[in-house]
Amino acid sequence: MATMNAVQALNLALSEEMERDKDVVVLGEDVGKNGGVFRVTEGLYDRFGPERVMDMPLAETGIVGAAIGMAFYGLKPVVEMQFMGFIYAAVEHLFSHAARIRTRSRGRFTASLVVRTPYGAGVKALEHHSESAEALFCHMPGLKVVVPSSPLTAKGLLLSAIRDPDPVLFLEPTRLYRMLKEEVPEIDYTVPLGKARIVREGTDVTLIAWGSMLQRAMKAVEGFNTEVIDLLTLSPLDEETVLQSVKKTGRVVIVHEAPSMCGLGAELSALIAEFAMLHLKAPILRVTSYDVVLPLPKLEAYYLPSIEKIRKAIETVLQY
Amino acid sequence: MPEQIVEPLIKRLAVLDEKGNETVTPAPSLTDEELKRMYELLVLARTFDQRALTLQREGRLGTYPSILGQEASQLGSALASEKGDWLFPSYRESGVYIALGFPLHMLLQYWAGDERGMRVPEGMNVLPVCIPVGTQIPHAVGAAMAAKYRKDRAAAIVYFGDGGSSRGDFHEGMNMAGVFKLPVVFLCQNNQWAISVPRDRQTASKTIAQKAVAYGFEGIQVDGNDFLAVYKATRDAMAKAKEGGGPTLIECVTYRMSDHTTADDASRYRPKEETEKWKARDPLLRMRLYLEKKGLWTEAYQKDAEAHATAMVDEAQKNAESVAAPDPKDMFTYTYAGLTQRQAREIKDF
Repeated sequence: MATMNAVQALNLALSEEMERDKDVVVLGEDVGKNGGVFRVTEGLYDRFGPERVMDMPLAETGIVGAAIGMAFYGLKPVVEMQFMGFIYAAVEHLFSHAARIRTRSRGRFTASLVVRTPYGAGVKALEHHSESAEALFCHMPGLKVVVPSSPLTAKGLLLSAIRDPDPVLFLEPTRLYRMLKEEVPEIDYTVPLGKARIVREGTDVTLIAWGSMLQRAMKAVEGFNTEVIDLLTLSPLDEETVLQSVKKTGRVVIVHEAPSMCGLGAELSALIAEFAMLHLKAPILRVTSYDVVLPLPKLEAYYLPSIEKIRKAIETVLQY
Repeated sequence: MPEQIVEPLIKRLAVLDEKGNETVTPAPSLTDEELKRMYELLVLARTFDQRALTLQREGRLGTYPSILGQEASQLGSALASEKGDWLFPSYRESGVYIALGFPLHMLLQYWAGDERGMRVPEGMNVLPVCIPVGTQIPHAVGAAMAAKYRKDRAAAIVYFGDGGSSRGDFHEGMNMAGVFKLPVVFLCQNNQWAISVPRDRQTASKTIAQKAVAYGFEGIQVDGNDFLAVYKATRDAMAKAKEGGGPTLIECVTYRMSDHTTADDASRYRPKEETEKWKARDPLLRMRLYLEKKGLWTEAYQKDAEAHATAMVDEAQKNAESVAAPDPKDMFTYTYAGLTQRQAREIKDF
């Protein structure tokens, strides 16, 4: 065990898996000598060489497209998209090919690959560097969407994502990269995909969060008897864990930093309304960012769900 | 000081003229038996294609894109591949699948709307039909990167058209292939029309082949209705790729004789005289005249080849139409390796 931040935990997962499996290759922009703009791939180039840690031409469409071709061939590519705001150029390849090739070829070809990308706001970055567009990808059958919330889950989920037989979009909350440290085992440690975790047990309210919002949620629930669910995998959704908790507490607050319109909170609300309506003691509340274009750093703090707003939502459902 | 020419001009390769006579480029070395087998495959491809059109008109097949006129480009290139190579077709590529020995009944099954038809047989490295134009180009580049990484003696061929060459995927794929000197052959069938938009609306370049120059590798133009020229160009390019010589762009100048698909009417936008002009350049006729000059073709042989092709397509049609309807549960089987919690609930509808 060693104490490390999320960047180090992700780096450890990559180097362990590259050591274990020769088919794992890393590709992206500045992932080689530079070690990635957030240093997640630091040292991999020196250790595994330019054949396995590939600095690609600046072309997101082509990078993801090429990764798909590598996966057809049998490699396990791990792509780094420099920021989530740049992934849109590669969406056609993720939606029309990575997500569909298993169906299209009846299992003859698959796209077992990982696309890692920094995700979320709160780091005072430029425009397009703070996107939280997870819902777009959750809507597409055939893709998996994973979001760690700590160094430990970052390592365990990344190992599972690389070993997964299907394409995984791996969203790395930028705010968490160096925010906290924890003990991370330096052995084969995995966290299963498709399984949410209950971070804190409680009886009065179920609070659902993921990514960097989990830290805020944990602060907001202090003093309340609230159960907190960290989704970890956004698609496919662990519906059982969510519904089981809601049936116990009867009250729900969902926190995410994407806008509310068609955000994952809408899907969770619908799911709960469909299958746990009679257990509800209050309306389902969402605490989300506003439905506006993501502001630049001067207004970022007003945009993101605050601890106060989350606490207020908990109080509202409790007093209903 | 006079102006310097810094890049050579694009070569155009032709082996046969329209009368089937050998021109300046010698024919690739093929035995009589090989030549006949290849000609018979051309006949099979045309027979299949015509049958598919008939079946569509009868309501027994869905929308189908005919390959009429492009048989030499498709079979000439695909037959130049070897076992272990990877092929990335677009949607108008029946000839490529037929050249590789893809089960004919499965092709018909697919075009009739049954996904099970695209379960590519094990050991055959050809991807299923790719509908979004040009998007298969980076996939081929990735496969070539993988082959190079594993040090396999394999190369990829990717098929696209003049329309596809306008896509960003073409640029990004060609660029990466040049940078990494990858074993990949870019096979452009310049069939002059992207649905209703003519070749000169896709690019102001004199040739598509010359685009390769900007990416740092060789581009060559080939008479795409000359089977032997396409075969030779592709065979040479694949050999070069496997020797570490990097990629090649081959522009097959050909013509889409039919409508874009069965849902299209080319008479709305295409001058009849143009189609008539290309009719005289029919790729099958040219190969036939060549074989005749070599003493390999007779009327009886032609009849035999056609009868054999018809029997194969009859059999394929019978098999395709007698296959049991897919189970609705089948929709869920291949989204992921396993069912999700939600799918496990949804599949109970069936």
